[in-house]
Amino acid sequence: MSNSTNIHNRRFVIATIALLALLIALIIGNLLIGSVDIPASEIFGMLTGEKCDNHIWEVIIFQSRIPTIITATLAGAALAVCGLLLQTVFNNPLADPSILGISTGASLGVAIVMLIGGSALSSITGSLAAHLTTLSGAFIGAMAVLAILIVFSTFVKSATMILIIGIMVSYLTSSAISLLNFFATEEGVHSFVIWGMGNFSGVSADEISFFTIAIIISLLAAILMVKPLNALLLGTRYAENLGVNIKHTRNTLLIITGLLTAVVTAYCGPISFLGLVVPHIARLSIGTSNHNILTPITMLAGAVMALLCSLVSVAPVSIGIIPINAITPIIGVPVIIYIILNRRKLQYFN
Amino acid sequence: MSILSTHNLTVGYRKGNTDTPILSSLNLSVEQGKLVALLGANGIGKSTLLRTITGDQAPLEGNTLLNGTPINSISKKELSRLLSIVNTDRTQAGGLTVRELVSLGRQPYTGFLGILDSNDRSIVEDAMHQAGISHKANSFLAELSDGERQKVMIAKALAQSTPIIILDEPTAFLDVESRMETMLLLHRLAHEHNKAILLSSHDLSQAVMLADELWIITHDRQVLSGNTEDLALTGAMDSIFASQNISFNLSQGDFCINIDCPHSVNLKSDDAVLTRWIANALARNGYRINSDSQCDITITATSPRNFSIEKANRLITATSINDLIAALATIS
Repeated sequence: MSNSTNIHNRRFVIATIALLALLIALIIGNLLIGSVDIPASEIFGMLTGEKCDNHIWEVIIFQSRIPTIITATLAGAALAVCGLLLQTVFNNPLADPSILGISTGASLGVAIVMLIGGSALSSITGSLAAHLTTLSGAFIGAMAVLAILIVFSTFVKSATMILIIGIMVSYLTSSAISLLNFFATEEGVHSFVIWGMGNFSGVSADEISFFTIAIIISLLAAILMVKPLNALLLGTRYAENLGVNIKHTRNTLLIITGLLTAVVTAYCGPISFLGLVVPHIARLSIGTSNHNILTPITMLAGAVMALLCSLVSVAPVSIGIIPINAITPIIGVPVIIYIILNRRKLQYFN
Repeated sequence: MSILSTHNLTVGYRKGNTDTPILSSLNLSVEQGKLVALLGANGIGKSTLLRTITGDQAPLEGNTLLNGTPINSISKKELSRLLSIVNTDRTQAGGLTVRELVSLGRQPYTGFLGILDSNDRSIVEDAMHQAGISHKANSFLAELSDGERQKVMIAKALAQSTPIIILDEPTAFLDVESRMETMLLLHRLAHEHNKAILLSSHDLSQAVMLADELWIITHDRQVLSGNTEDLALTGAMDSIFASQNISFNLSQGDFCINIDCPHSVNLKSDDAVLTRWIANALARNGYRINSDSQCDITITATSPRNFSIEKANRLITATSINDLIAALATIS
C-alpha cells in the first residue's frame, strides 16, 4: 500500500529469490560433491526412487549427504537467528553465541559429558540416551552462561560491558575445558577435539528427525518474537512504554537462543562466526532493521552460508574434509572488518 | 478533573535502606488541553521527576494518579494506551523508515505479530501529517536531522493515541529553528487535539512563551506550579538559579546576566528598541543607565546612526554604537 513497504517488499522479494536459488544450487552441489565420486544421473535416479545397483552409493547419499545437507541448512539458520536475537537484545552489533560465551558454555557441558561421563556412556554409545545426555549437557552449559549474562545485565547497563563479561566468561569456560582435557583419556580428548572443529555430518540419519524438530520449533518461536524485537530497536524505555514486558521478552529470547545454540553445538560442535556475520549480511542486502523482513532473510542467508561452508569443506576431495571452523572465519572476518570500517555509513548503526 | 496528578510524591533514589529524596511531597497536576513545562537547572531532578511520574522509577513516597487511578495499579498494557513518552535515549532505529518507526506506536493496539489494519495505517499517516514529517515517510531514520528525528518520535507518540504525552528535553540538541518548530507543534497538539503535554526543558524563554503552566524546580529543590504569567509576575523565575548574576527580566521575558557596572550614564532617547540595544552595549562595557540626572555623562540617541555624548562642556557625536562606546572611553 505505501511506498516504503513497496521498497522493502521489492528488495525482500529479490533477496528471497536470490537466496532460494543459491540454496537450491548449494543443495545440489552438496549432493554431487564428496569424497566418493557418484555420477549425477545416478544421484538423480536414487532421489526419484529408482533402485541403485551400487549399495554403497545409496548409503552415502541417504545416510550421509542428505542428513549433512539438512543439518547444515538448519544449523546455519539457527546460528544466524541466534546472532540476530542477541544483537537486538544486547543492543550490540558484535553479539553472537560464540562471542558471548554461550557456545563455549555448551561446549563445556559437552566436554563434561564426553570426557568425564565418557566411560560410563561408552556402554550406550550411539543410543538415543547418549545423545540426549550430550544434548542436555550442552543445553545446561549454554543456559548457565546465559544466566550469568542475565544476572550481570540487571546491574551492568552498558551493552559493551556485557559483551566483555561474555568474553571473560568464555575464557573461564575454555580454561575449564582445558583442565578437563588435561585429565581425560587420550581417546576422549581426540573425539572432543574432532567435535570442537565443527562439522555438519555428525547427525546420523536416526537423529536427524529429533534435530530437525527441535530446531524448527525454536525457529518458529523466534519468528513469533518479531513484534517485541522491533520495539526493542528503540531501547528498553520506549519498548516498555509500548507495552512490552522487557524482562519476560528478554528471558524468552535468551531461552530460544540457548536452545538453538545448545542443539546445534551438541551435534555440530561450536561453530564460530556464522551467528555474528549472517545478520549483518542480511541487513546489508535488504537495507532494513525491521525484524518482520530481517528474521526470515537471516534464516535463509544462514542456511546458504552453512551449506557453502559445508561444500567448501568437502571440495578438496583428495585430502578429506576440512573442519568447518577453519572455513567460517575466512568468510566472516572480511565482512566484520568491512562493517567496522563502514559503520558510520551503514544506516542501521545510526 | 486533571488527567495526571501526583499525590504527595517524593522522588529520589533508594540504596539498601537509605532513601535519598531529591524532590519531596509534590502535589502537581496536568489537565487535558494544556502544555506544561517543567523548568529547572541541570541536574536538579527534572528527568528523575519525569521518570517517576511515568512509572519508570519507583517513588520513595506517594504516587502518580492517571484519571485518579494510581499508576502502579495500571497494567503495562493499559498504561501504554494512556501515556506515551519521548525521551533522549539513543536508539538502534537507523535502519527503520519513518513510517515503520511511527507504526511502532500502534503496538499497544495490534495483535501478536504487530500487523497493522487499515485503521492503524490511517492513524500512522495522520500522526506523521500532524508532526509535519509526512514528506519523509519513506526515508530511513539514519538519513534525518536531529530536528526531524524528534518530530518522528513525537509522531510515534501521536500514533500511540494516548491522552497524555510526556517528553524529556524534547528540544535538547536541536538548532533554534527546530526547537521553535517542536515547541509550536507541541503547543498545537495540546490546544487543538486536547492532549495533556508535560515536557521538561532548559529553554526557558520558549517555555515561557508557549507553556500554559509551569512547574518550576527552584535551586533549593522546591517545586512551584501554576499559570505561566502568574508565576513570572510573582518572581518565581528568579528562584530557578542560585546565582546572583542571573535574573529574569520581566519586560523581556527572558533571563539576563547581571553584569557588574561601576559607571553610570544618563540616556535620552524616545525609541524603546534603540534604548534596549544601547543599554545592552553599555552594560557589557561596564556602564549602567541611571535615570536620575546626578551622573555627569549624558548620551542622546535619535536614530541608530545619530548619537551624542555630553560631559561637562565637551560634546562628541557618533554614527554607530561601536563609535559611541569608543567615544565613551575617551571622555570618561
